[in-house]
Parts: sequence; structure tokens; C-alpha cells
Amino acid sequence: MASIHTAQELDTWRESLAAKVNPDLPLITVCGGTGCRVYGSEQVWTAFQDELTNQKADARLNYDVKVTGCHGFCEKGPLVVIRPQGIMYTNVKVSDVAEIVGETIAKNKVIERLLYVDPQTNEEIKCEQDVPFYKHQHRLILGLNGLLDPTRIEEYISQGGFDSLKKVLTSLSPDDVIEEMKKSGLRGRGGAGFPTGFKWELCRQQPGDVKYVICNADEGDPGAYMDRSIMEGNPHLVLEGMIIGAYAMGAKQGYVYIRNEYPLAVKHLRLAISQAEDVGLLGENILDSGFDFTVKIKLGSGAFVCGEETALIASIEGQIGEPRPRPPYPAEFGLWGKPTNINNVKSWASVPIIIDKGSDWYASIGTETSKGTVIFSVVGNINNTGLVEVPIGISLRELIFDIGGGIPNGKSFKAAQIGGPSGGCIPAEHLDIPIDYESLQSLGAIMGSGGLVVADEDTCMVDFAAYFMRFTQEESCGKCVPCRVGTKAMLETLERICAGDGRPGDVDYLIELGEEIKRSSLCGLGQTAPNPVLSTIRYFRDEYEAHIVDKTCPAKVCKGLITYSVIEENCTGCMVCLRNCPEGAIQGKKKEVHVIDAAICTRCGMCMSVCKFDAILVE
Amino acid sequence: MQIPVSEIHEIIDREADDEGSIISALEKVQQHYRYLPKEALILASQRLGVPLSQAYAVATFYNAFSLKPKGKYCLQICMGTACHVRGSPQLLDQMETKFNIKAGETTPDHLFTLETVNCLGACALGPIVVVNDEYSGQMTVQKSDALMKRLIRKEGLD
Repeated sequence: MASIHTAQELDTWRESLAAKVNPDLPLITVCGGTGCRVYGSEQVWTAFQDELTNQKADARLNYDVKVTGCHGFCEKGPLVVIRPQGIMYTNVKVSDVAEIVGETIAKNKVIERLLYVDPQTNEEIKCEQDVPFYKHQHRLILGLNGLLDPTRIEEYISQGGFDSLKKVLTSLSPDDVIEEMKKSGLRGRGGAGFPTGFKWELCRQQPGDVKYVICNADEGDPGAYMDRSIMEGNPHLVLEGMIIGAYAMGAKQGYVYIRNEYPLAVKHLRLAISQAEDVGLLGENILDSGFDFTVKIKLGSGAFVCGEETALIASIEGQIGEPRPRPPYPAEFGLWGKPTNINNVKSWASVPIIIDKGSDWYASIGTETSKGTVIFSVVGNINNTGLVEVPIGISLRELIFDIGGGIPNGKSFKAAQIGGPSGGCIPAEHLDIPIDYESLQSLGAIMGSGGLVVADEDTCMVDFAAYFMRFTQEESCGKCVPCRVGTKAMLETLERICAGDGRPGDVDYLIELGEEIKRSSLCGLGQTAPNPVLSTIRYFRDEYEAHIVDKTCPAKVCKGLITYSVIEENCTGCMVCLRNCPEGAIQGKKKEVHVIDAAICTRCGMCMSVCKFDAILVE
Repeated sequence: MQIPVSEIHEIIDREADDEGSIISALEKVQQHYRYLPKEALILASQRLGVPLSQAYAVATFYNAFSLKPKGKYCLQICMGTACHVRGSPQLLDQMETKFNIKAGETTPDHLFTLETVNCLGACALGPIVVVNDEYSGQMTVQKSDALMKRLIRKEGLD
């Protein structure tokens, strides 16, 4: 590996790396995100390598193959893209590899059965960029994810990596950098949306020589995984952003606080740090600027509250992750009592892009008050589960139907839950709102960290609200009373309603209690915990009333309010349900109609999922 | 199980490099033994100059730590939102019934530990069940039934 001491040496290295690339050699990229790995993408990659070794003699069959970060289209993994044509193959298996090499690489012939088929038009789509899932996106941060081998710093550098750092260290003062960030309009992507440049300025203005910058990679929102994807797929981008920020604020030490549930992201980040240290882009006197900076990794240990900045700081200090009142803000009194700046992974990853393309360019994307792009993990009852990066201000409809491909199994859209346990849901009547900080807030949701869960008609909104309340109640650290006791009281009420024991007045009680918890809790966790409940009440109050007054669950989810029975006309007496019932609640003889004993039945749904004759009824 | 003290010393040595390292040290111990033995907690507190009460507070606050040994097979069910709307609660019910334990508990024969996790971030594969770091995606009650039966058969319990 090269050793880089000056800006000139960085340029020379980049040029020498570019010179080594043979532009005529086909490049096969295999997605190595966690999703695709579970589907077997590593085996696919090995198969491509084996194929290469076997066919060495034949120049027509030569190619380069690498595992990249997450391509984002997780639904269709393992994904393989062949460049320069950009041909995308989906659900690739090891058994497809020889054919891909023999046909596509050698003869430039497309294998149709591996192409993505648009479910709306039934049309096969050859190139990655033409797939609707990608076509409507604006992939700034995720752009290089599908192109780079994230375990090699050379790849990032050959794509222009660390050029923004060079620009900063050779031609911009710390104040210039902060001015540029302010002009870009970037708002913190961790959820709160505070303008990043102003936050940096506040930290820079603090007296003292010792300051810290922290990357908040404690992505705890269930259903959001874009931060993991960025760190797995392009960890150097995050590091470069942190180095630039540290220079602007005058910090010499940085920390990345990352969830230990993300082993691959931790591994890639560790590699990225050690490689940056080896070449001299982290350490002393970076690019001969006199600026020193190092980064350490701190593993989170599974506490959602540690995403809150003061709790995160306590955790790095070796304490339990309890938040403390603000002010003083971390910018004045942070880690070990020193001025500290904490930004989310996506915010740090945006920094090199803003420096590279300029604040004016960046500010031209998005809306009047919300600039740039935002990444959503679109999950739940949706055809195209995956990571989506779009300009802020795109409509929810475009996101769910044009990019997400709509709802599977012919079901209808019920609501989109945005912002996870701190957020709220948006019902069908508001599908056309632009997704920006202000519009979402006006509807009772929040931008949050970008988790977007789609619920279809089979989702019970009371159960859904109880789910989030159970989550925050379990994750409440217990320090302040409103959150500790209040969330418990709300959860008990919700569980009672789901069990069929709801009482008149419960809904008003939930609203009153929820508003009080929001007003009086110590930190963001409690201040936002009631949101999922309050927003489902706002849009789906009738469902709550159905549970409480009519004792029915319209979506047929809540176990206390449903019963399973056999539809006599459809039952063939095949005995499959009887054999599969874990409780032994089904009686009947072969070729005779079966009966479910409601007293024994636990409503697990096994009979329904095994019945081939639609003979199980839920009421 | 007898825990060799020298081994714990070695693990702590590797982590005792800067302030706040009690959490990292306990993480390494947890990784090694898959729980925090009492001896390790006491040693870590002495070695790192942290009161035992704080070490205990840390060990019980964070979800990643366990004070009880885990079973041979650790079954984790993802309870992330995407998995939830795709049916993970039914899977949990099913496993709790099958093994006759609640989430967070271990069977008396120390073979199976049942756990829930908050989002593994592989939402396209939901619902997900992880058995000792091996992922099974798009689970159904049938697939999970087969999975459990396979494990039980492997242990010669069937």
C-alpha cells in the first residue's frame, strides 16, 4: 500500500491506480450486503472466481469480479451487475454462473430468465438503471455502494475518494468549511433535522484544545438499515466526512459508536480505519497540513436509548446509557466534559459530497427548507423491499408505488409508518404529500432516521401501535418517571384493548397520557414514544372503537378478538391441519369435515397456512 | 463450568487501553463465553478500577449481556417492524409453545435459548430466525416448525 504524505502524493497514487484499470475488461459486481449474503451471494462470488481460474486460457472469458456493498434492491438478491453494459441479474444462483460467463461475458448475450421482470408491465428489464426501483432514485450517498470493493481503500481513492479532504486541507479554512456546510442546507439525518453547519459552528466556537467528533451509528430504529449499508458498502466515505468535520471543529479524536448487531459493518469500518492509518490519511499531519486526527470504534451493546446523544456519550464513557438533561448541549459539555459534535452516519457521508460538488449544487436538490437527498429503507408489505435514496420532497406515492412497486398479493395500501418508534403513520388519503421535515410533522409523523414500513389492509393499527409501544417501553432506560411509568400504562391499555377488554374512555385516556408523556419526558425517546399511538388514533380511531365497542378486530389480527373455524364446504378431510396443529386442537377423521376446538386453539394460524383448500375461516 | 482466571485476564488485557473500556471488556467476555460469568464481572471491576456496582449496572442495562449461560442453540427471532408485519409474533408464540419457555429463557437441558432481537436490518428476508448466527429468511410457521424439528432430531430428542 502507498504511503501518502502530501496532496501531490494522493493525486499521483490515484493516477497510478486509474492506469491499472483495463477499461475493456468486463467487471462483474456481486452484491455483498447482509441481505444478499443470506441468499448466498458469497458462494456466487466464489463460483465466479473458480470459473475464472478454470477458463484462464480463453481471453474471451476473462473478467474481473468483486463483492461490493449493498446495491439496495434487497428483495431480488443475490444481485449481479455486469459492466460496462450495466446488465442486472436477479436471484442469481451458483448454478447460473457458468452460463453467465459462457453467454454474457463471452458472447455478450443476455440471459433473459435472470432479468428483472417489471410486475406492472411484465416487461423484462436489462439494465440496472432502467429498473423502476432505481430509475426514480437520486443515489448520492449510496451511489458508489454497488461499484466499490469496500475492503480496499484503493477502490475508493480511484473513484475520487479523499479528494474533498484534499480540497479542504489545501485550500479551505475551518471557517470556510463551516460556511460551506451552512450554505448547503444539510440538516441532521439522524432524525431531528438540526442544521449541521450551525451545530458545527457551535462546537468550533467553544474554548479549549480538546474536542471530539462522534459518528452515531447506533441505528436502533427497527426497520431501518441504511446506516449499516453505508458502513458496509462505503465506510471510507463516512471516515472522510468525519476527518473534514474534525478539521472544521478542531477535534483530534473521533469515535464511531456502532451497534454490535452489525458485525459486517464493524468489520469493514475497522478495515477502513486501519487502511486509512496505514496510508497516512488518519494520524498525524494528514496531507502535510499539520492537522492530526484518529478514529476509534466503540461498540454499542444493544440499547436503543443510546441513539440519544447524551446517552451515547455516557455509554462511550463506560456508564449505563442514561440520558441527561440538555442544556448544556454536547457542543459545550460532551464526551469527558469536552465540546463534542455528534452526527449521524448519513450526515457524515454527505459531507465529502457537499465539499466536492459545492454547497450551491447540493442546495439545488430538495425543497425550500429541506435540502439534499434522504435515504429510506422501504420495508414491510411492499413488493420492492430495499434502500431508496431520493431528493427530499418526493411524494409518498412515488416512493411506494413507482419505486417500491406497490403492495404484494393484490392487497391494498393502508398506511406508511415513517420514523419508527418515534414516528407516526400516514394513511392513504395523504399519499400525495411531499416527504420533507415540515410536511411530515404536520401530519403527525417525522422524517426520523428513514425507516418506512408499509402496512397493508391486513395490518391491525391497534396492534401496530402496541408493537411500537412495547418496543419503547422495553427500551425506556427508566431514569425519568413520565417515560418509565407512562409508557407502561399506555402499553397496558393497548394490550387490554387488543385482548378484547377495552373500555369506553380508553382512547381519550391514551391521548391525554400520550400528550403528557411527550411534554414531560427527559429525552427524545420519551418525548416521541407516544407518537405511533397518537397518530394511529388520529387516522384510525374507528379501528380502536371497533376493538373497544364492537369487540372485533377488523384486520383479524388481535388474538383475543378472533376465532378460527373450518369452512365445511371447502374441507376435504385431508388431515393436514390436524397433523400440523401444535396444540392438538383439531378433531376429525379422514375425508370428514374437521372441527377446531376454540377452547384449546391458541390462534397461531398454522392450520390456515397449511390448508390447501381455503377451508379455514378467521372471524 | 469452571472459568480459568488467566483466560479472563487475557481478555481484559486486550481491552484495557483507555477510559470507558469496561463495556468493551465485558463485550469480549460475553463473546467468548456467550454470557458473563460472575468471576469475570468481579475481575473486570477490580482490574479496570470500576466499582462492582457499576459493572453490574452495565451488565444488566445492555441487552447484549447475559448473566446466565446460554443453550447450545440460540434461536433469535427478529422483532423488527418489517418482520412484525410479516408475522414474526406467530413464530415467537410457536417456539415458546414448542420449547415451553418464554423469550429470554433457556430450556432446562441447556440445549435451546429463545431470544428476540430488535431488527437485524435484513428486512427483505423477514421474518427472520437466526440459529447460532445462521440466518433463515422469509420464515413461515411451517418452515420454523421444520427448523425446530431438525434441531430436536439432531439432538436425538425426538
